[in-house]
Amino acid sequence: MSTPHKDEVTGVETTGHEWDDIRELNNPLPKWWVYTFYATIVWSVAYFIFMPSWPVFWNGEWTALEGVLGYSQRGAVTEELAAIDEGRAEYMQSIAATDISKIQANPELMELAVAGGKALFGDNCAPCHGSGAQGFKGYPNLNDDNWIWGGTLEAIQTTITHGIRWELDDDTRFNMMPRFLTDGILNREEVSNVTDYVMAISGQGEMTAGAEAGAEIFGQQCVACHGETGAGNQELGAPNLTDAIWLYGGNRSDIYESIAKARAGVMPAWGGRLSDAEIKELTLYVHTLGGGQ
Amino acid sequence: MASDVLSASPADKLAGLARQAADFDAAHGKDGETITAVNAEQNRPLFASRVKVYPKLVHGTFRRLKWAVMAITLAIYYITPWLRWDRGPNAPDQAVLLDLPARRFYFFFIEIWPQEIYYLTGLLILASLLLFLVTSLAGRVWCGYTCPQTVWTDLFIYVERLFEGERAARIRLDKSPWSLGKLARKTGKHIVWLLIAIATGGAWVFYFADAPALASDLVTLDAPLIAYIFIGLFTGTTYLLGGIAREQVCTYMCPWPRIQGAMFDDDSLLVSYKPDRGEPRGPHKKGTSWDGRGDCIDCGQCVAACPMGIDIRDGMQLECIQCALCIDACNEIMDKVERPRNLIGYDTPANKEARRLGTKEKVRLIRPRTVIYSGLLLLVSAIMINTFATRAQLEVNVLRDRNPLFVKLSDGSIRNGYQVKILNMDHEAADFRVAIEGLPEGVLTVQGRDTQGAQIVPAAADSLESIKMYVILPVDALGRLDDGEADFTFTVENLRTGEMVENDTVFRGPQK
Repeated sequence: MSTPHKDEVTGVETTGHEWDDIRELNNPLPKWWVYTFYATIVWSVAYFIFMPSWPVFWNGEWTALEGVLGYSQRGAVTEELAAIDEGRAEYMQSIAATDISKIQANPELMELAVAGGKALFGDNCAPCHGSGAQGFKGYPNLNDDNWIWGGTLEAIQTTITHGIRWELDDDTRFNMMPRFLTDGILNREEVSNVTDYVMAISGQGEMTAGAEAGAEIFGQQCVACHGETGAGNQELGAPNLTDAIWLYGGNRSDIYESIAKARAGVMPAWGGRLSDAEIKELTLYVHTLGGGQ
Repeated sequence: MASDVLSASPADKLAGLARQAADFDAAHGKDGETITAVNAEQNRPLFASRVKVYPKLVHGTFRRLKWAVMAITLAIYYITPWLRWDRGPNAPDQAVLLDLPARRFYFFFIEIWPQEIYYLTGLLILASLLLFLVTSLAGRVWCGYTCPQTVWTDLFIYVERLFEGERAARIRLDKSPWSLGKLARKTGKHIVWLLIAIATGGAWVFYFADAPALASDLVTLDAPLIAYIFIGLFTGTTYLLGGIAREQVCTYMCPWPRIQGAMFDDDSLLVSYKPDRGEPRGPHKKGTSWDGRGDCIDCGQCVAACPMGIDIRDGMQLECIQCALCIDACNEIMDKVERPRNLIGYDTPANKEARRLGTKEKVRLIRPRTVIYSGLLLLVSAIMINTFATRAQLEVNVLRDRNPLFVKLSDGSIRNGYQVKILNMDHEAADFRVAIEGLPEGVLTVQGRDTQGAQIVPAAADSLESIKMYVILPVDALGRLDDGEADFTFTVENLRTGEMVENDTVFRGPQK
């Protein structure tokens, strides 16, 4: 195999390998290729010295040589995050220092705040409220003009900061609708009559005899929170029963179930988990979704 | 030099060096006076180091033409970024500017936004058609006269000639051992080459920024790093391609020589040697008869002049860039030996055949392929001019919210959100009136404003204004929705110029 063999046609030595009379010419590598190869060798040696390389067993655990430059990808990420925080520091400080309604009047700050709020919303709120804040059954749609606890900047800020029925926060929004059927306050027929009445005042049904009877019960049991006309009360977090928006569904069986068993959704308090400036950003973002008051 | 760095023994290396010296001698002779085409077909093994080409200076029509073309093209390249063009206070005043950060391309009276990049496609189509047409008429005119590779190589050879002398002197210099004089000549040449290369790279970056400002920043070292990187890159490539690689770029790197065969036909005017007139060739002694022999005296001047290292008398070759310098070289000789000019000249294969058959020679410029290329050129030009002339100063994009698709409001009406993007390509700020058509009951509002119906939106000069808008369809008009949707149109009017554009979109609601 290793006997030198010269190809007659080209005068070039072959590698000595032969397959079915086909031989491979041993043409030299191009110079640029060879020098590039040498350069990569030099490069790799330098890389060993400057960059983290050899795995070593040191002080009882596996680690790696750090390299002269002390580079690590984790360190680089930390630095980049710190740099981002530093870059944002100025406007985060001015957001923290500025009253929320004043931010709204400042287009430049407003643009930054809404952009930041959008990112925070995606990270923290989207799992329940949806990525477009469109909500789901039991999780309010934040795009519409209906607010259970109020849609002003202050009301939204309070809701985000303290949550809804979040018992770890003393200032949380709290109310509790009675479980009229489960707790035996009303019987099935009475609940059914109230359901008919609510269907009627929300424009989904006629004022039948049952609904008339339901109106009487409504006057005794429900007006304290939902009001004489059923228009609700944002102070108490009592939903408007006369409009087209239903957090837990607006058909008869949904309404019946709401009266019979009551509903009590929970939202965590974000104060403490997010900074004040971040809550302001979120508030402004939610307020711009189309329903802010 | 021996190429087999890895495997060669010292003896092999010596043999390789000797072989290379022999190649050089075969091409240029021991005294530098032998003239052989280094790239002639029979001289080329499959694998060989390049033998340097030493083009000789010629004088004549085509050489003068090439000097002129060189002066004009270099002037265009170096001066263009410094030309000014007044576009008013809201736009840069540089005639040709590729403003990448702002995403604008300015070319005299034309301004292109990123979405109009298809204009560039049109220009490239025009350029290719022009290239096809010219090539079918007169061969590789582009390669021979105007290609940057040719122009800069010509310039670099000119500099080489200044420092190292004419062809024979250069060959002798390269063969001579190193001396102080040789070192000085070589150093001088490379310094001037580098200066030209730096100027080339330096001019390039001026197309991408305001030239006077960037120039002062470059000098004070305040320019962005990327400017220095690109100057370095173009300095390197100019020096390498124009000074060192030269004809190899055309032969090995450029795809055009391989495509050109499809562009020529029998009536294309190509730089060619007329063997019917020149053969049999041979030395001619003054005063002897020209009977029974060709006009070619085999002086080799056409080969010595060739920057591609070929012998034009071998016929059409891939390497030939048709620079026509061999025509000048041969005509000088023909004048001396008192024979008619143009033994080498622009000739067509059809005429060569006509002379052989004794029929009449003619140059057919109008042929199907030139007519088709010209027609396409006119067509594409007309389309381009038309689109430029009627180019809008206003464009509107409407992005419908998809998340959520629609929002039900407390009174049961349905609201859709739209991101309306107004591209004010005018150089003046203006107010824009945004309204909707085709949805009579629909109410147009803007987040954060109390106004309903048509909205006035201000937009700065040469900018994009993006505004979130809502359309609310009242509950009693929901019957207008057909299967949950209705088509309607946004209209946007520039209140300053009156220009108006429409953008069709759709309103969605719950499906019944």
